[in-house]
Amino acid sequence: MAAVESTTRSPRARRPGADAWEIFRNSPTAMLGLVLILLISVLAIIGPLAYPVDPFEIIWAPMSAPGTTERALLGTDYLGRDILAGLLVGAKATLIVGLTAAALTVIIGLVIGALAGFYLGMIDEILMRVTEFFQVLPPLLFAMVLVTMLSPSLWVVAVSIGVVSWPSTARLTRSEFLRIRNLEYVTASRASGVRQGYIIWQVILPNALPPLIVSATLTIGTAILFEAGLSFLGLSDPNVMSWGLMIGSGREYLLDAWWIVTLPGVMIFLTVLGVSLVGDGLNDAFNPKLRRR
Amino acid sequence: MSLIWLIGKRLLYAVALITAVLVLNFSLLHLAPGDPADVIAGEMGGATAELLAEIRALYGLDKPFLVQLGMYLQRAYQGDLGMSFYYNLPVVDLILQRLPATILLVFTALIFATVGGTVLGVLAARKPGGFTSSMVTLLSLVGYAAPIFWTGLMLIILFGVVIPFFPISGLYNVAKMATGLSWVVDIAHHLVLPSFTLGVVYLALYSRLTRASMLEVMQTDYVRTARAKGAHERTVYLRHALRNAILPVVTMAGLQFGSLISGAVLVETVFNWPGLGTLVFESVIARDYPTVLGVLFFSATLVIAANLVTDLVYRMIDPRIRLRD
Repeated sequence: MAAVESTTRSPRARRPGADAWEIFRNSPTAMLGLVLILLISVLAIIGPLAYPVDPFEIIWAPMSAPGTTERALLGTDYLGRDILAGLLVGAKATLIVGLTAAALTVIIGLVIGALAGFYLGMIDEILMRVTEFFQVLPPLLFAMVLVTMLSPSLWVVAVSIGVVSWPSTARLTRSEFLRIRNLEYVTASRASGVRQGYIIWQVILPNALPPLIVSATLTIGTAILFEAGLSFLGLSDPNVMSWGLMIGSGREYLLDAWWIVTLPGVMIFLTVLGVSLVGDGLNDAFNPKLRRR
Repeated sequence: MSLIWLIGKRLLYAVALITAVLVLNFSLLHLAPGDPADVIAGEMGGATAELLAEIRALYGLDKPFLVQLGMYLQRAYQGDLGMSFYYNLPVVDLILQRLPATILLVFTALIFATVGGTVLGVLAARKPGGFTSSMVTLLSLVGYAAPIFWTGLMLIILFGVVIPFFPISGLYNVAKMATGLSWVVDIAHHLVLPSFTLGVVYLALYSRLTRASMLEVMQTDYVRTARAKGAHERTVYLRHALRNAILPVVTMAGLQFGSLISGAVLVETVFNWPGLGTLVFESVIARDYPTVLGVLFFSATLVIAANLVTDLVYRMIDPRIRLRD
């Protein structure tokens, strides 16, 4: 029986993800994004090991331009600290806070959107009012308030970004749940009497995933920008090197030493660019019909 | 449902949202380390426990949370958001001084982004795959990925050092003491870089959005009908297609007003623009909680007002939803 099945299986019947990966792999921009993300992750992980210089240590004359000394290939900042070391060590804080914040954003948004879209009625009404309330508060300002009132640690920064960013994920999840909740297979599983929790997380959610994965990817980019903005304003842990902190502390010397603010900004730019190219690639891969745009 | 009733309902909801923001503000103030009595005592150069208790009684700080909340709301509705510890001025006065600069910056950026984005999007949609279309794609990628404060700093390098064409800091030239028309020109000159920095991110997004929805709308039956009846190509584009294609841009601009204000905080800091953003930056550093929360409250109110306006604009453009909720 098994042998018959394998011979009659058409060559087109593959795992659902395979086609998406095929489209993704054939998109040069999506692959560029993936390569960028991998490169930066590798830099963040092995960079500080391969180049063990303390980014807070003064190693050379202040404001040495890139290429003028072998001691600091990418130059030094206004105190004489190594820019290259800052870029390598700073990658870790930026990525960890960005990823944690994005994960929190997605989890909060997913739970609230799923509950609102599944139960409707009173629960939906209350959750949507709460969502609207959060959307009224300008996200960066609200995060600034939270970080100021708590403490400027990496963990607080990540949680604050998550707390202010979830509404759009919640809305997207809710609209996907509204679309799916009355489809036949959901009705069928209701009729079979399985628990509601099972229907929400095991039946509806997997089918709502493609747009949510795309949105989660873009959330990572937004969270990285957010973290950079807060550190730029001096609202992150001053004892942890990050790209935003480098820009914020170097900006007074902008006109004399362009590299202090330019280089960390390029790193942020490349990271977020990589993330958003991957996001666009995933979007195309999940919606082949919309590819023309 | 009549329009007046509808607007009344929206206004009522807006008041409810504003009250919710005030409740949040008060709760945060309550949770903040130290209370106003400590601050007042600090200004007096220290105080005994009895004196502290007296100050607390005077300002009602010894009353239960809900009673204090009620007093706070009552004062807030009368236009009193407390005193700034740092500037030693009423928070509302402080904010009203800075509000015009922020409104000028945000609205210039918004108009630049929506108008520029729409024009670029329509041009791009005329030739998908053409030069403008590729530029829109590139611009939207770059616009999203570049941190807004960094874009501002790069523009300062470009225009401060390389081509010194625009002023890079402040709202006007203090040394010039310009008046009348030349004062307006001076401000406009200072406005160029900050509003470009803030607006270009959204311009990138709206041009991409307009192009996508134009391409979609151009394939609808009513556009084909318009062409079939011999309408001029420009009429088809502008009167039939654009009016429908612009709806997502209006929705998006309304939804993003909060993030526009967030961006303004960063842009103001970069360009030393004397608005709410620099005010909140200064008061965050000084741990001046009443001022920080006052700015949060005013910005939230701006967002609520912007949502109401978006709603009305949407109704003007799309008559179909005029009588629906």
